[in-house]
Amino acid sequence: MQRYSGFGLVKHALSHHEHWQKVWRSPEPKKEYDVIIVGGGGHGLATAYYLAKEHGITNIAVIEKGWLGGGNTARNTTIVRSNYLWDESAALYEHSMKLWEGLSQDLNYNVMFSQRGVLNLGHTLQDMRDIQRRVNANRLQGIDGEVLDTQQVQDLVPAMDCSASTRYPVLGASWQPRGGVARHDAVAWGFARGADSLGVDLIQQTEVTGFRKQDGAIVGVETSRGFIGAKRVGVVTAGNSGVMAEKAGFRLPLESHPLQALVSEPLKPILDTVVMSNHVHGYVSQSDKGDLVIGAGIDGYVGYGQRGSYPTIEHTVQAIIELFPIFSRVRMNRQWGGIVDTCPDACPIISKTPVKGLFFNCGWGTGGFKATPGSGNIFAWTLAKGRAHPLAEPFAYDRFNSGKLIDEHGAAGVAH
Amino acid sequence: MMHIFCPYCGELREEEEFHAKGQAHIERPIEPEACSDAEWGDYLFFRNNPRGIHHELWIHAVGCRKYFNITRHTVTYEILETYRMGEQPGITAETLAAEQLAQSAAASAASSTTQQTGDARP
Repeated sequence: MQRYSGFGLVKHALSHHEHWQKVWRSPEPKKEYDVIIVGGGGHGLATAYYLAKEHGITNIAVIEKGWLGGGNTARNTTIVRSNYLWDESAALYEHSMKLWEGLSQDLNYNVMFSQRGVLNLGHTLQDMRDIQRRVNANRLQGIDGEVLDTQQVQDLVPAMDCSASTRYPVLGASWQPRGGVARHDAVAWGFARGADSLGVDLIQQTEVTGFRKQDGAIVGVETSRGFIGAKRVGVVTAGNSGVMAEKAGFRLPLESHPLQALVSEPLKPILDTVVMSNHVHGYVSQSDKGDLVIGAGIDGYVGYGQRGSYPTIEHTVQAIIELFPIFSRVRMNRQWGGIVDTCPDACPIISKTPVKGLFFNCGWGTGGFKATPGSGNIFAWTLAKGRAHPLAEPFAYDRFNSGKLIDEHGAAGVAH
Repeated sequence: MMHIFCPYCGELREEEEFHAKGQAHIERPIEPEACSDAEWGDYLFFRNNPRGIHHELWIHAVGCRKYFNITRHTVTYEILETYRMGEQPGITAETLAAEQLAQSAAASAASSTTQQTGDARP
């Protein structure tokens, strides 16, 4: 792999940037792999990368029906934070946060991780009690967090209407300074490049249409380019996970919903942090390009259409205008939808399945982007050892039958 | 914007008047205490999540406030029918597949007839 550096940039400038190495290969699929990852999004590519890097398994294929990072990796609002309530999920997201902090160096690829802080606003007394509880929990878990009052929030975000005369006045917020945003495409591309350079085959435009089993164990996958063998298969297909599970012969407690986001025209810098509000239900940040990145809730019905409904977008924009009346005349540029696989307890499923050798990493619902490196890291461990990583153990899919749920509806809060 | 026909109001109304309430036709086990953990978990948490025909429970929240059912396609979002509580769907994935099969059979029969008449022409 050609390493990227400032010096390299200068060197290539001398040859008019015509000799850059291809970022990854486009290999023909082999007949058999040690591990197959189904789904070439951020989580799948991260899984392949860490499998090759940390576990020495390099005979891996990532099979993607479209193009790399073209699903939810390209459709989210790039927020990264780890201030969840329960120990199990806080540990999971904090594991991810720590990987984020060194990711650009590790991948030799600038993922533009910007720790600009994340505010979760409180608008009612109960909001504030919940925020205090969550921040206290976070501190006990070793995760940074502060409770801010109205004035402190106003100082951080001068453009926001923090006056007492609004319908939902800002009473305060939780503040995680280490939270922030990252460049979503770069995350997928960085992991893809890293995995490819370690020998992983990234196979695009190839759809997995079924799973081949023998005596209850997986022996490979049927694809649009024929059968590919592997004794171990990890499925990381986000919104399509329920459909994939059905093909493998079991059910998952997932429902797929459209979640939409929108970006405005580029503006001069006005918002240098991430503002989220569960109560008025919306969140906004400003990208490095200058556009406001806005999102809110899922559509209430099951859908695979990769577009959101008009009532939801109207509700989203109402929430943002409530917080930032100054944005009321900003024009919106683009709007899109992604399909999120929501779990009944708003926590993911990182688990073995009834089929031996087949593992699923899904159910990240509305907030999977922040977990990309951590999810890949512990799923790689799980695939390599054939049993759940200690951090993944609480997220087994049989928790819905045992009743040991991890209810993160509060901290998962507004869909993002 | 979906337009939904409320079977009680007898009118097409805008999506905003309604709330989706998840999968339809879920029956609570008659004796919950007699359920195994697996059966009870399945009843509480496991739902159909098809890419295609789905039967759903909706409520006409700001209209007549009654629950009813919708058969809807989850990719095109096309609403195929709405029907009252207690009724069974007239359209299912199976009936639709059978209908498509019959249609394609009829189409291929029709095309072979045209071909025959075409051959018969001088």
